[in-house]
Amino acid sequence: MKVASVVGTVVSTINLPLLEGRRMLVCDVLGPGGPTGESTIALDVVDAGVGDTVLLLDEGTSARQILGLAAGAIRTVVVGIVDDWHGVE
Amino acid sequence: MQLARVIGTVVATTKAAGLEGVKLLIVQPLDRAGDPRGSALVAADAVHMAGPGELVYFVSAREAAEALEPSFVPVDHAICAIVDQVHLLGAS
Repeated sequence: MKVASVVGTVVSTINLPLLEGRRMLVCDVLGPGGPTGESTIALDVVDAGVGDTVLLLDEGTSARQILGLAAGAIRTVVVGIVDDWHGVE
Repeated sequence: MQLARVIGTVVATTKAAGLEGVKLLIVQPLDRAGDPRGSALVAADAVHMAGPGELVYFVSAREAAEALEPSFVPVDHAICAIVDQVHLLGAS
């Protein structure tokens, strides 16, 4: 898992059925010194919002387990809202 | 999953078994500001409606194989959605 900052939302009408009605967030991955430059789109299951620091899961089997799916093209999920974290420079 | 711009199409007559009928598009991954990041790559169009010029997001690795019907089509990147809008913090 990675720590990331939610910086935006993505709206789409035409998408895979499993993404129907789901909230997708734009997340900037954080390193000890701040944003790493890596940005990803993740499905939100914890009602995170823009500005939140979150825990990002990037593994398909775990993502499907969280969503209760046997199969499906989903891999990146916001699984937690971080209250506090400390990085070593 | 990664934001990308569709920048082209690929036509291949001779393909590995399982890839028949799969629409292939060239996509340029983008950073959140919409600037190109990394090399362009070929992705299967799992929504069957994406075309050049459109903003999309795609999934990579094993999950791409699950995006298309029937499941486990041998691809490594698949387009999951056509993006209508991206709302960014601090952007208008």
